Amino acid sequence: MFNTLDKKLAAVAVSMLTFSSGIAHAVNDLPGGPAVHQLNLQAAATKIAEEQHFLHWMMMGICLAIFVAVFGVMFYSIFRHRKSLGHQPATFHESVKVELIWTVVPFIIVILMAVPATKMVVAQKDTSAADLTIKATGYQWRWGYEYLSGEGNGINFVSSLDLEHRQISNDGAKGVAIDDYLLKVDNPLVVPVGKKVRIITTAADVIHAFAVPAFGIKQDAIPGFVRDTWFKAERTGDFYGQCQELCGKEHAYMPIHVKVLSQDDYSAWVKSQQEPKAAAVEKPLELAQSAN
Amino acid sequence: MSAVIDTDGRVAGAHDHDHHHAPTGWRRWVFATNHKDIGTLYLLFAFAMLMVGGVLALLIRAELFQPGLQIVNPELFNQLTTMHGLIMVFGAIMPAFVGFANWMVPLQIGAPDMAFARMNNFSFWLMIPAAVMLVLSFFMPGGAPATGWTMYAPLTMQMGPSMDAGIFAMHILGASSIMGSINIVVTILNMRAPGMTLMKMPMFVWTWLITAYLLIAVMPVLAGAITMTLTDRHFGTTFFNPAGGGDPVMFQHIFWFFGHPEVYIMILPAFGIISQVVPAFSRKKLFGYSSMVYATASIAILSFIVWAHHMYTTGMPVTGQLFFMYATMLISVPTGVKVFNWVATMWKGAMTFETPMLFAVGFIFVFTMGGFTGLILSMAPIDIQLQDGYYVVAHFHYVLVAGSLFAMFSGFYYWAPKWTGVMYNEARGKLHFWWTMISFNVTFFPMHFLGLAGMPRRYADYPMQLADFNALASVGAFAFGLAQVYFFFMIVLPCLRGHGEKAAQRPWEAAEGLEWEVPSPAPFHTYETAPKLNADATRVVG
Repeated sequence: MFNTLDKKLAAVAVSMLTFSSGIAHAVNDLPGGPAVHQLNLQAAATKIAEEQHFLHWMMMGICLAIFVAVFGVMFYSIFRHRKSLGHQPATFHESVKVELIWTVVPFIIVILMAVPATKMVVAQKDTSAADLTIKATGYQWRWGYEYLSGEGNGINFVSSLDLEHRQISNDGAKGVAIDDYLLKVDNPLVVPVGKKVRIITTAADVIHAFAVPAFGIKQDAIPGFVRDTWFKAERTGDFYGQCQELCGKEHAYMPIHVKVLSQDDYSAWVKSQQEPKAAAVEKPLELAQSAN
Repeated sequence: MSAVIDTDGRVAGAHDHDHHHAPTGWRRWVFATNHKDIGTLYLLFAFAMLMVGGVLALLIRAELFQPGLQIVNPELFNQLTTMHGLIMVFGAIMPAFVGFANWMVPLQIGAPDMAFARMNNFSFWLMIPAAVMLVLSFFMPGGAPATGWTMYAPLTMQMGPSMDAGIFAMHILGASSIMGSINIVVTILNMRAPGMTLMKMPMFVWTWLITAYLLIAVMPVLAGAITMTLTDRHFGTTFFNPAGGGDPVMFQHIFWFFGHPEVYIMILPAFGIISQVVPAFSRKKLFGYSSMVYATASIAILSFIVWAHHMYTTGMPVTGQLFFMYATMLISVPTGVKVFNWVATMWKGAMTFETPMLFAVGFIFVFTMGGFTGLILSMAPIDIQLQDGYYVVAHFHYVLVAGSLFAMFSGFYYWAPKWTGVMYNEARGKLHFWWTMISFNVTFFPMHFLGLAGMPRRYADYPMQLADFNALASVGAFAFGLAQVYFFFMIVLPCLRGHGEKAAQRPWEAAEGLEWEVPSPAPFHTYETAPKLNADATRVVG
């Protein structure tokens, strides 16, 4: 094992030095998924995700303000209060007043931060009155979806990473540029736009986690237990996520693809899923009847 | 005072025999009971583990340099991430701080050695078989454990025999830590020189006193969690197996009840080092000594009630999420107080920027950034997006590497003249600092973006849009690793060999503390009789 490892390490070192590799994967932004050189959270497709963006900006703003204040003072001090500039050291080393201020003020800031956060936690946990309920079961290493209630009730299927992508990964992904690399599945989860969808999570083996960043949701899928989360997609489109709890060797290869359709398209899809089922039920019945 | 063997004004002729039979050769090290020798052993061991853990990290970053699998398969990748974490946490950071404690605590409190010198030896040597077991686990059938350092159930049930070896190793390391901590607590509480009240102790001693209590409290909890994992694996129990009525999430509760105080265990001694270095190089006393003590104690106490912020996505009820969110946000208050106090110590001081101070100031800058990302992560609604992603990886590397490791570098440069008797090369020290600082940020800053973009942790391959930041992080990682190799060969080794300008007893003019009241290098035995101290407990008088 280590001999080939050495050779491969050398190859990687050489390619790193020649810097030729980064440009080979010139992909585009993936709508509903990661963008090239993305700096912030993924674009929000739900109100919850929008609020997360807002909260994050708020936190960044407060942290930036504190950063500038504290390090402004520190770097000023570094430049001015130097022995080499002849600055004589002061002798103060305590001040109850100052200490109280910089304990109480941050305490108040923390409370102020907690207020919008509290509202959001409550909203994120409210899975009541869902239009559609879907169970997502984590398997090693794919997702199973069962539509439990609402339009589409009874549909179930398994959703796995596109096999070609898995092979490309094994082959080192040389010279390929795929926008939905490791995110493409055979059977996406299909939901209607503008409806509250409750996702119930569980697992069949180890802990997985169901996540869709554009929706702002993440919920561990725990064997033997049932958890839930919810989302309401504000626009149609394709949205992607990946398993977010280490679940074994193919942890990186069990993506989530949610296809949000308009209400009409969704109803059409539901019908197309249920028809083959109806046919599958009728055929054995016919056979049974003709056997008599 | 003679620079030969003894330093204190002990009664002539009493207890002379030790000096004529000071141990030599391999026995000196294998049977070491001297706190300085044991400190050296811990530090060298920790550095070796840092290199091993570092190689694992470089393998990870080499694989992640580009999308696609080039070097390792996903099973091995998961083993690499797991062992990198375990080796760095339990083999590098924790033993290194114990090494600092061994060297400095007796010196700083005017004690001749640790309270239990032989148990000290045992604590150290226990670590060797444990580390060997951990590292060799790669060669066991099925490879090393591949569960992440957090070893969540039920994934641990699927691991091969290396999981059991890993559990055994962790038990041994835990026992070593507990014994070491008992030693530290007893030494600090009982062996301070007369006149050194608790509120006159150096901050490094305070932080280690508090850290030792944390260790004694939580290492047994980890032992419980991994023992339950062991019995679930082999002895028919179902603690974490729902089919038998157990609860996988309970493992997480038990693990993180240990795990959160553990991360404070890894940072409090760092705070202690910074609190020694900044006043010395600002030529000004530490600002707000009592608040620094109370802040450290508050952080330690609060650390017991925040553990489930690692579990926001497990599905706990609203009340649970809110409680843990509030408690976690609260910790930022005493931590902020410490940062403000360090800056206030610098303010209107007369600073010089030798390498210890460079690392200390660098620590304050970069650790605080890690603190900010921690505050952002503590917000449960945002954590839902970031949990188990690269933002978390960025956060903890900022506080553990730019935090703990930088503080250790600062402490090394500060105290190495006392340990070795020679000054390190200042130009090389500065080079090490800037090289480390820049490559650290190149490696870990892009990870914030990767996390925000949704890249999960412990992934051997990733969507191609994330390629460039991954490539940047990998380049930074190699540069960072090289900087530490440079550190060892060009700075540490020369010091160990005595190559360098002879160090003064007090090489830093404004450094305070009883360690500076003994010659450089510190003699084998110091403070064999208790020194008489001045009112401040910073100088030996009479």
